Amino acid sequence: MTAFSQQWLLTETPSSRSQAAWGRRYRAWLALRSNTLAMIGLVVIVTFVVLSLAAPLLATHDPGSQDLANRLARPSAAHWFGTDELGRDLYSRILYGGRVTLGMVIAVVVLVAPLGLAIGCIAGYFGGIVDRILMRVTDVFLAFPRLILALAFVAALKPGVESAILAIALTAWPPYARLARAETMTVRNSDYIAACRLTGAPSGRIILRHVAPLCIPSLIVRITLDMSSIIITAASLGFLGMGAQPPSPEWGAMIATTKRFIFEQWWVPTIPGIAIFMASLAFNFLGDGLRDVLDPKQR
Amino acid sequence: MSKGLNALAGLLASVFLTLFGLVIVTFLIGRVMPIDPVLAAVGDNAPQEVVERVRQEMGLDQPLLEQFLRYVGQLLHGDLGRSILTQNPVTSDIARYFPATLELATAAIILAALIGIPLGVWSAVRQGTWIDQTIRVVCLAGHSVPVFVLALLCLLIFYAMLGVAPGPGRQDIIFQDMVPHVTGLLTVDSLIAGDWDAFWDALAHMIQPVCILAYFSMAYITRMTRAFMLDALKGEYVITARAKGLPPRKVIWLHAFPNVGVQLVTVLALTYAGLLEGAVVTETVFSWPGLGQYLTVSLMNADMNPVVGATLLVGLVYVALNLLADALYRQLDPRVR
Repeated sequence: MTAFSQQWLLTETPSSRSQAAWGRRYRAWLALRSNTLAMIGLVVIVTFVVLSLAAPLLATHDPGSQDLANRLARPSAAHWFGTDELGRDLYSRILYGGRVTLGMVIAVVVLVAPLGLAIGCIAGYFGGIVDRILMRVTDVFLAFPRLILALAFVAALKPGVESAILAIALTAWPPYARLARAETMTVRNSDYIAACRLTGAPSGRIILRHVAPLCIPSLIVRITLDMSSIIITAASLGFLGMGAQPPSPEWGAMIATTKRFIFEQWWVPTIPGIAIFMASLAFNFLGDGLRDVLDPKQR
Repeated sequence: MSKGLNALAGLLASVFLTLFGLVIVTFLIGRVMPIDPVLAAVGDNAPQEVVERVRQEMGLDQPLLEQFLRYVGQLLHGDLGRSILTQNPVTSDIARYFPATLELATAAIILAALIGIPLGVWSAVRQGTWIDQTIRVVCLAGHSVPVFVLALLCLLIFYAMLGVAPGPGRQDIIFQDMVPHVTGLLTVDSLIAGDWDAFWDALAHMIQPVCILAYFSMAYITRMTRAFMLDALKGEYVITARAKGLPPRKVIWLHAFPNVGVQLVTVLALTYAGLLEGAVVTETVFSWPGLGQYLTVSLMNADMNPVVGATLLVGLVYVALNLLADALYRQLDPRVR
């Protein structure tokens, strides 16, 4: 069965469009599988997602329940990672914190990727004045460092998870638009697009069905690499008191409230720090591997 | 010639538009905040007529467009308003805090370039070997570690446990205000004053934050250098140079690298701008009295004028650096001319 399907996937003469497409995907997967770092990244990410989703099952304590008699405890059998400044179980809080981080990252990507793709494709496809206006707007947003603009936005809105998501999204879309535009420009004048146009396909259909799909591979690479920077920006906002607010078990906020214990109970702020580092490193490993596989310029 | 003039006009127009956008964005940030700026200025218990008077003085009773024109007018006069927290004009606050950030970022970029560029070249020359892999992992780690975690761990290890590094802050308390203010860069000022003790003290305080910021930017510089270098090494002129029997070191540094150097200028400029961002978080951990700390402290207190001022300044520096990179690129690379 495996041999048959593998043969079907890897055939040199695919008999249908979907067979060719699946064959390409399978080859990309094979290439990715041979990249150790990318596979490490993938495994860590999958673990991270599973742990976050199963947090209620895996947590040993309620992440919010305080036990002031037992604050800043060392890691032990009862509290695997110790307890924080209010005696809350760190292990359970890290698990639930994964949900906050994961939720923020997904929300940002869902907001940003389609927006950036749409703006980039429209600018690149139509060119001229549309392109110039859209790219100017993009440049303005690119003219700020991400964290500083996000900080200012959050301050203007109201510190919290939703504002942080919105602020990161507002600062994260321009690179996607740039990327999608560049990709669109390279295919805009190709013969198959001209053929589409000759058959009378409307611009919307051409962009949606024939231009945007070609931007997706490089967009996926970019998103994966960007995930780590979204995680870090979210954590930094939390750390500066502008993201998720305590008592939320967001990792950055956890470090902010416990950073004064770094000299005595160093593990309390360090453990959430390791969590942020691992999550962000995993996405970087995977993104780096994906770039080698998917980015046509690197081939 | 006229082509060059056209390009210049286009460039200026785009810079102008970007700056205008910057002004609009910062204006909106300053206006949509949930806390009434008037109440933030006079306090919750002020009588109604005081509130109204201050609202009029601040121009906040005017329509939005009117307020915007006023804001632009003030900007053109170099007036960013007053900070509620420090009671100083924002411009003079920034003039006091910015050099500290500048000192940090400049030292960091120099260190990052000195280490990052050779690492990138080495990694490209040894592509696919364990050296390349190790450098890759080190760089990805640099991209992935939150600056504040690294900063806290550094303080824990080098300050608290080993006692080899000085604590947070920009100088020891005994040197406070001992060095006459010339440039605002403590290392330079203490050298001008000839005060070696103050110089070493300032330098020692810089080591930790600078190394952390440098690691963060080095990761990017190394990866870009590697990518550019891989491209350059495929060039026919490199193959020719090799075929002529030139020693590898000469091929790499005298033939391939100069072409990469041009592209690196852009990378360095962008990295430098990015350092301003990293500095915000680093300064918080190290109690470094720079722009980042000024920004965050003002944010915490809903003191919007400094927030807008600092954001605007960083945006300006960003645009200026981009422009500089573009100009240098044109100057250095004959193919673009």
